[in-house]
Amino acid sequence: MSFVDHSYSRLVILRVLVFSLFVALLGRLFVMQIVNGEEFKNQAADARFRSVVIPATRGVVLDQAGRTLIGNRRAMVVSVSLTDIEALGDRGKTVIKKLAPLIGIPVDELTAKLSVCGEKGAAKPPLCWNGSRFQPIPVAKDLALDVAVRIKERQHEFPGVIASMQTVRVFPEPLDVNLAHVLGYIGPVSDKELAERAGTDDELQSTDLVGRSGLERFYDAQLRGNPGVTTYAIDRTMAIIGKVSETAPTSGSYLVLGIDAAVQKVTEVELKKAINRARNQGFAGTSGAAVVMDVTNGQVVAMASYPTYDPRIWLDGVTAAEYKRLTDDAANSPLVSRAIQGLFAPASTFKVVTTAAAYRAKIPMGSTLYPCPSSIDIGNRKMTNHESRAYGNISVRRAIEVSCNTVFYKLGYDMWLRDGGNDPTKPQDFIEKMALKFGLGKKTGIDLPSEASGRVGGRAFKTSQYEQYKDVWCFRAKEGYPSVAKTDPARAAYLKLLAQENCTDGGKWRGGDAANLSIGQGDTSVTPLQMAVLYSAIANGGKLYQPRVVKAIVSPDGKTVKATKPKLKGKVYISPSLREYLLTSLRGVITDGTGKTPFANWPQGRLEVAAKTGSGENGDKDPTSWFASFAPADNPRYAVVMMVEQGGTGALTSGPGVRKIYEALYGIKGEKLKPKQAVIRNSRPAIKLPKVKSDGSVEAIDETKRIDQVIKNLYGLN
Amino acid sequence: MSNIFSTSRNESWWRRQDWVLTAAALALSFVGTLVIWAATRPRLMSQGVDPEAYLKRHVAVLIIGLLLGIFVARTRYSILRAYAPVLWVFSAISLLLVITPLGKDVNGVRAWFQLPGGFTLQPSEFAKLAIVIGMAIVLAETPHRDGIPGNREVIFSLGVAALPVALIMLQPDLGTVLVIGAVTLAVLSVSGVASRWLLGLGGGVVVAGWAMVQFGLLGEYQLNRLLVFLNPNIDPLDAGYNILQVRLAIGSGGLTGTGLFNGPQTNGRWVPEQQTDFIYSAVGEELGFIGGATIIILLLIVAWRAFKIAGETSDRFGKIAASGVAAWIAFQAFENIGMNLGIMPITGVPLPFISYGGSSIFAIWMAVGLLQNIKIKQSD
Repeated sequence: MSFVDHSYSRLVILRVLVFSLFVALLGRLFVMQIVNGEEFKNQAADARFRSVVIPATRGVVLDQAGRTLIGNRRAMVVSVSLTDIEALGDRGKTVIKKLAPLIGIPVDELTAKLSVCGEKGAAKPPLCWNGSRFQPIPVAKDLALDVAVRIKERQHEFPGVIASMQTVRVFPEPLDVNLAHVLGYIGPVSDKELAERAGTDDELQSTDLVGRSGLERFYDAQLRGNPGVTTYAIDRTMAIIGKVSETAPTSGSYLVLGIDAAVQKVTEVELKKAINRARNQGFAGTSGAAVVMDVTNGQVVAMASYPTYDPRIWLDGVTAAEYKRLTDDAANSPLVSRAIQGLFAPASTFKVVTTAAAYRAKIPMGSTLYPCPSSIDIGNRKMTNHESRAYGNISVRRAIEVSCNTVFYKLGYDMWLRDGGNDPTKPQDFIEKMALKFGLGKKTGIDLPSEASGRVGGRAFKTSQYEQYKDVWCFRAKEGYPSVAKTDPARAAYLKLLAQENCTDGGKWRGGDAANLSIGQGDTSVTPLQMAVLYSAIANGGKLYQPRVVKAIVSPDGKTVKATKPKLKGKVYISPSLREYLLTSLRGVITDGTGKTPFANWPQGRLEVAAKTGSGENGDKDPTSWFASFAPADNPRYAVVMMVEQGGTGALTSGPGVRKIYEALYGIKGEKLKPKQAVIRNSRPAIKLPKVKSDGSVEAIDETKRIDQVIKNLYGLN
Repeated sequence: MSNIFSTSRNESWWRRQDWVLTAAALALSFVGTLVIWAATRPRLMSQGVDPEAYLKRHVAVLIIGLLLGIFVARTRYSILRAYAPVLWVFSAISLLLVITPLGKDVNGVRAWFQLPGGFTLQPSEFAKLAIVIGMAIVLAETPHRDGIPGNREVIFSLGVAALPVALIMLQPDLGTVLVIGAVTLAVLSVSGVASRWLLGLGGGVVVAGWAMVQFGLLGEYQLNRLLVFLNPNIDPLDAGYNILQVRLAIGSGGLTGTGLFNGPQTNGRWVPEQQTDFIYSAVGEELGFIGGATIIILLLIVAWRAFKIAGETSDRFGKIAASGVAAWIAFQAFENIGMNLGIMPITGVPLPFISYGGSSIFAIWMAVGLLQNIKIKQSD
């Protein structure tokens, strides 16, 4: 073979080789760009876009008349754009040095504030910035206008420093209402919440403030609005090279409450006065709560809890000292809302439930008389007539009026006997079932977080307790209490005896238990709100409404109004005759019974109040003062419940407070009804909502200014 | 000057050139110019310097390159052959000098001389041309009557390649060594040497490569690049980072690309030194599959025409040299595009006609000139 032949064949091979290499390139290019192109495109986008969040203005909370309970205020905020100052030759050192004295913080602190949490060399939380490094970092709030002007005038000296007006939360406290437990507060989002909600529709940003308690928490999603997001393209040095997309933030919705600031003010003042009354009588008066509810729909009109706190302390981040003070034992947990979280024995206010149960059980009532001695023996227990005295033979109606315990013991005991006493066969448990029907033992479902459910201390509860503790009881029944015996042999012997009894009979529903339940003592516990719902149900003929604080949610432009519809949680069958019986009895409490003292000279003819007092036995502590009521009795509108823990009797401590609340609601002066003096227009919650205008301003309902003056005159406010 | 330039049918040399080759090469240079512009403009703008600085320098280089190409195409054959040893010696000396402190380091490779005006000179680019011509001269001048080079010629021609290769390995520039290796094999095979030479050399390259890895003769930088080639995710922020960003850029181009100047990946400078070795990623992102495939096809046309010229010429030197140029352009293009597409390891070789860089442009257009020279002579 010659050179020509050789080179020819080898050229062919080379061409084939080159051709295949190029085909391979084309194939690979096709796969990358056409087959997998989308995937690459998405990956690339993730790497080179960064989003900056523009926080939305949080929604405003209004009372039913349109008074602002939580608002927003414009504040001068100085922020620093990290990406801008880091692009400077000295990475912003000069700017920081110049800015620090201007905004009045040390250079070190400012440098720390301008570090992004988690990055190398960053300061520790809470000093470091918990947001994106592409988001301007706020370094100072509420600066004097001249600081802002100086920064703006000499912007070239402060590159990357932004002085702008931003919104911050305020509590205007109209008519000096506190309402702290209902309104709640906001705080910075936690890492856990961020992780939990990542990827959901309700995704949070690390710079977000979220509701921590009260309405701020329950309606957080509605109040928070949607933050705006600006997406920037960045290069590999993390410098911004262009804007990719931008969505404007939408403000949070307005909440219109059923709560009326004027009624709330009266309720708060009267609760505080009741506490003072308790203390003046020598009782501890440690805490209290009051609830005013619209019985026709479950709207809460006022809700107060004592002790309370100043909601404003949360606005700039609570200090360690403040938080210690709030959670200190001596302060008696002011953060806890007694109205929805406090659990107390309902005591005699529970007698309406027992009456309804007895009616259902067909226990003879009406004209049937029962003896009301100062005490009766049930089982081997002597049960006394705590707050009442001996009245001889009286009707059940009269027993309600004068709150005779011994009559109710008898009713409870009789029902227990019908269930088979100590050897029950298919027990009916009328009282327990009636209590559950009235919503006790479970949450009312109010639109506030962390509500307590309480419990009905009936047969079921006792059985479950027994199941839980019998092993311990039976162990102690055998082994005794050797450690106690060392110091106090008598007590140890007593405890062992008790353990033995509990081990064998601890789960048994005894006659004494039934008697105790009938007067709302024993293991039963309720919240003041549950009692308000219960008395509302008696007032409205058995309708158990889910209590509601929020009446309507209005879009930030005022265009969409979503009114809260009354929601029925349950219905208790109250026959007309039972209703009549209960109404007569509860009216009698005011005219001839335990409520007569606080309602002395009450114009019952003009505004008929139905009520029940209660004085809850509380072991060694002072009794719980209860006053549960509704009015007008013939066509009920409001239920008013007040409770003072360790407050003494219902009549002397809470009763006068409830009276004052009715006086304010209806404008009662002396024995006269002066509708113009009522603290709520037409003495009933408005049907019309305050108007949210498109510019965000609010038009209060009619006569709000006049009523504000009434309250101001009443309490000497400015 | 008439003694330098070919005088035969002087008036018609222009018409007798391979017009398809010229058109394809010019098209590649045109696209390359646009892409260099698009790939450098955003960065230069953000640096606040003349955004067209690279474009201007590239256009200047390209004009000189075209003139050099015409010069080579028009230079008389005998003169070219007479001066080929000069080019080779010049290359060898500059390759020697470039690894001294006179040279400039980029990414751990010392392969450049810094020239005034922001220009650089990369002697290894000219070495490729010198080796092709040098080997072709040696192998073509065989005393054997069948025209097949004997052992003496083969060894001598290998020596022509070996010295520059040895110096380039000291830089160390593995990519150029690979290209020269492919060119050497192509030149030898077309020269008709016995198959045992080809098999032996091929085997030798494999063994040498294995030994380099095995005995740590590769620099850490080269080794990392090879490891990262095998798995780009092992080091996403350093060596592997480039590969990933290049793939993201090309992959997100889709069918039609984002359009010139509109590639976010390119504009965001996610791919470092994008105007040189990774220029194809800018092509992929901004011109998409259509642009990327067009470049591959144009390069294939250039290589194909070179092979055609090699096949058609009766001159032994021309046949061998044209084959060498074809193999050079084809393999270097494959190596460069292949690394951009992630099917070849990252080695610093420019994409012929497209990449920014004076030496590469000069050498490639001189090579085109050589091809045209061979074509024109054959048509005499």
